[in-house]
Amino acid sequence: MLSRFLTTFAMLLALPAAAAENITTFTLDNGLEAVVIEDHRAPVVVHMLWYKVGAADEPPGASGVAHFLEHLMFKGTDKLEAGEFSDVVQANGGTDNAFTSQDYTGYFQRVAADRLGLMMEMEANRMRNLRLTETDIVTERDVILEERAQRTDSDPGALFGEQRSAAQFMSHPYGIPIIGWRHEMEQLDMEDVMSFYREFYAPNAAVLVVAGDVDPAEVQALAEQHYGPLEPTPGLEARERPQEPPQLVERRLVFEDERASQPYVVRTYLAPERDSGDQETAAALALLADVLGGSSATSVMGQALELENPKAVYTSAFYRGLNYDDTTFGLVIVPTPDVSLQEAEDAMDAVVAQFIEDGVDAEQLERIKAQIHASEVYAQDDVGGLARRYGTALTSGLTVEDVKAWPDILQAVTEEDIIAAAKMIFDRDKAVTGWFRKPVETVEVTQ
Amino acid sequence: MIRFVFVAAALVLAALPARAIDIKEVTSPGGITAWLVEEHSIPFTALEIRFKGGASLDRDGKRGAINLMTGLLDEGAGDLDATGFAAAREALAASYGFDVRDDSFSVSAQFLTGNREEAVALLKLALNEPRFDQSSIDRVRSQIVSIIGSDAKDPNEIASDTAARLHWGDHPYGSNSNGTIESVTALTRDDVVNAYKDVLARDRLYVGAVGDITAEELGAILDDLLGGLPEVGAPMPEQAEYLQTGGITVVPFNTPQSVALFGHEGIERHDPDFFPAFVMNQIMGAGGFGSRLMQEVREKRGLTYGIGSYLVPKDYGYLYLGQFASSNDRIAEAIDVVKGEWARLAEEGVTEEELADAQRYLTGAYPLRFDGNAQIAGILAGMQMDDLPIDYADTRNDRVNAVTVDDIKRVAERLLRPQDLHFVVVGQPEGLESTN
Repeated sequence: MLSRFLTTFAMLLALPAAAAENITTFTLDNGLEAVVIEDHRAPVVVHMLWYKVGAADEPPGASGVAHFLEHLMFKGTDKLEAGEFSDVVQANGGTDNAFTSQDYTGYFQRVAADRLGLMMEMEANRMRNLRLTETDIVTERDVILEERAQRTDSDPGALFGEQRSAAQFMSHPYGIPIIGWRHEMEQLDMEDVMSFYREFYAPNAAVLVVAGDVDPAEVQALAEQHYGPLEPTPGLEARERPQEPPQLVERRLVFEDERASQPYVVRTYLAPERDSGDQETAAALALLADVLGGSSATSVMGQALELENPKAVYTSAFYRGLNYDDTTFGLVIVPTPDVSLQEAEDAMDAVVAQFIEDGVDAEQLERIKAQIHASEVYAQDDVGGLARRYGTALTSGLTVEDVKAWPDILQAVTEEDIIAAAKMIFDRDKAVTGWFRKPVETVEVTQ
Repeated sequence: MIRFVFVAAALVLAALPARAIDIKEVTSPGGITAWLVEEHSIPFTALEIRFKGGASLDRDGKRGAINLMTGLLDEGAGDLDATGFAAAREALAASYGFDVRDDSFSVSAQFLTGNREEAVALLKLALNEPRFDQSSIDRVRSQIVSIIGSDAKDPNEIASDTAARLHWGDHPYGSNSNGTIESVTALTRDDVVNAYKDVLARDRLYVGAVGDITAEELGAILDDLLGGLPEVGAPMPEQAEYLQTGGITVVPFNTPQSVALFGHEGIERHDPDFFPAFVMNQIMGAGGFGSRLMQEVREKRGLTYGIGSYLVPKDYGYLYLGQFASSNDRIAEAIDVVKGEWARLAEEGVTEEELADAQRYLTGAYPLRFDGNAQIAGILAGMQMDDLPIDYADTRNDRVNAVTVDDIKRVAERLLRPQDLHFVVVGQPEGLESTN
């Protein structure tokens, strides 16, 4: 019930899409893909432009440049002064922002529906015509260093997460944090930024998602007008990142920090992501996460570790299926004060082993599927959420058809599929196990 | 560049149409009032139920009891234990959120039209017959204790708790509603039952509903859900007295970046100058990248990732606060910039252009808040708690547009007091020491 820990760990089951009849797609001659989601309940539109480039596409040694560029996109262009983009959005009563992940970078505005053309005009302008000064670079680099200090260096849990990812991915760039390593961020310069920008910020690497009170034909006409004239980057092909070598042995970390209050154990296993036309394994893993650790009151881990024989104040299982390359499946246990990390880890492993032996509770699976079904109804109330779902999917190697098929694929997962997925994924030789705690001396002093 | 400005100016003339929301006041046969927006295009309903008072009604020495009670409401009711209750809720695919803040306790429910009767019956059980089993109390208590421990190591939480204590002293606003490890550990089942009786009463009840439901259907649900609650709850808290004077309080904490929480006394929600103050703050520190604080501290100097300021008009005390984080070696400079901006606005007020920009943004953004059934239900309940008229949504933008540069100058002189600004700084700031 207490949601505090959830913000750190839980990757809730990816929700399925709303009724498909409201979705329209088109592609411009220059390669720009577009998705239009209609919702006519309010005269509002969400305009999102997603680039198929993220932190995992950075050149070696320039970690953080994808996110740095995202910040700098709010500086000037040949037609806009620094800061003017957001000023115009605000002057029109709208809100705007941007985000960077390992696999994509997105920009969005939420405005009255009749301002869509203006948003497209400005967004198209900054796709190819950014004009940065050295002052922009120096000042904004200080800002991203402060951002790293605030979000990562001030948060031992975030530092622990960075170290676990680095251990999980030896070769794949998912092992490098999105914000960047500090020593590399400090060296980012104009050339790093502009070469990344010129290559990847192009219509043939972009996905336009427009959601709200709009007519798809009008959206297409506006897109032709504003995005149509932009030149694609020649020779831009599907992304190929370095892949992981076979993992032969478990990797273990003990992360100690004076600021750590509540110790916990996180185990992550390398796992397949949702692949286009082949989402069945991912669906079984998504349901496995829900069955094992979706709800403290009714999940397998919650029942065994929090309720029946309490060894934990919180447990969870999580799976992030929307990824371009291989992803992770994770287990978390936050022990009660009298339980050591080793005891907690052993108890968690025992519960998982017993689960594989006992099988899936049919009623629990039925309840989970009922909630997935209902989430299609609730999702229609959040058109911005639908827009994010399509943007994420289309920049993670999936198609509109994959997104539409996902709810049915989830419903078709059987008890046997879930157990098979568990047997496949729970291989300690392919896991990273992390312990998070105060330095041991401190622990001894206080106990 | 000039072209874009022209486009923007031209478009602003076309008034942004608000979502045509038709708010009805519904009174149940049993006399319970709610505001309703019927929205039949999606087959579910969002229901927001709020009780005034909230965590500030904790009894003496029982800090954290109401927060603990809140965490226990979905932990079993009637003949259902914690697991049975959760399984029943999951099978219905309904959601019930229970939350408590300084001035209110809230229930945020969503349920499908197809099984509305069963979903409402289950929520009724939670609100009227919570079990408060000892095993659940112990388990939820251990979660809260864990959170209190983590907060004690979180610079933002340390700053917020320190500032609250300095601002409000012994008033409930002066302490964290989670309680302390000692106070929470000492709570008994009787304390939890008392907290329940103190908070969930009909004399402090406000309801908003949005979705696939008619006035008649809602009326019946209101009586069924809430008719059995006690008529009267605990007396409301005393008015809080603001205690802090200007200066700096450094809380040493080993971290590379310091957190600063700053402010002084604010302004009441019903003060005739609240709207000028609200628009003024938009220009000072609530306007995202365009605000003065963001421009001066982040955009021009790169001293922080983000800075904002906000008016906090609680029911029994009022604050004007701001917050940011800067590296230990740069936070002293950032604090000087903030003080300078506070003084500049107090002395000079704002320009016509700044005011016009802020008004365009605030009036344009307001309709965008009405975004989804649950959000609207929350707004409806909040408007009633603030004692606003049912047509408030139609007149609110006029009130924003009525604010003049002279209004802001008047309220800035009164509200912004640079000498009274107090900064709580958590970290290892260089060149900063606690005053007095």
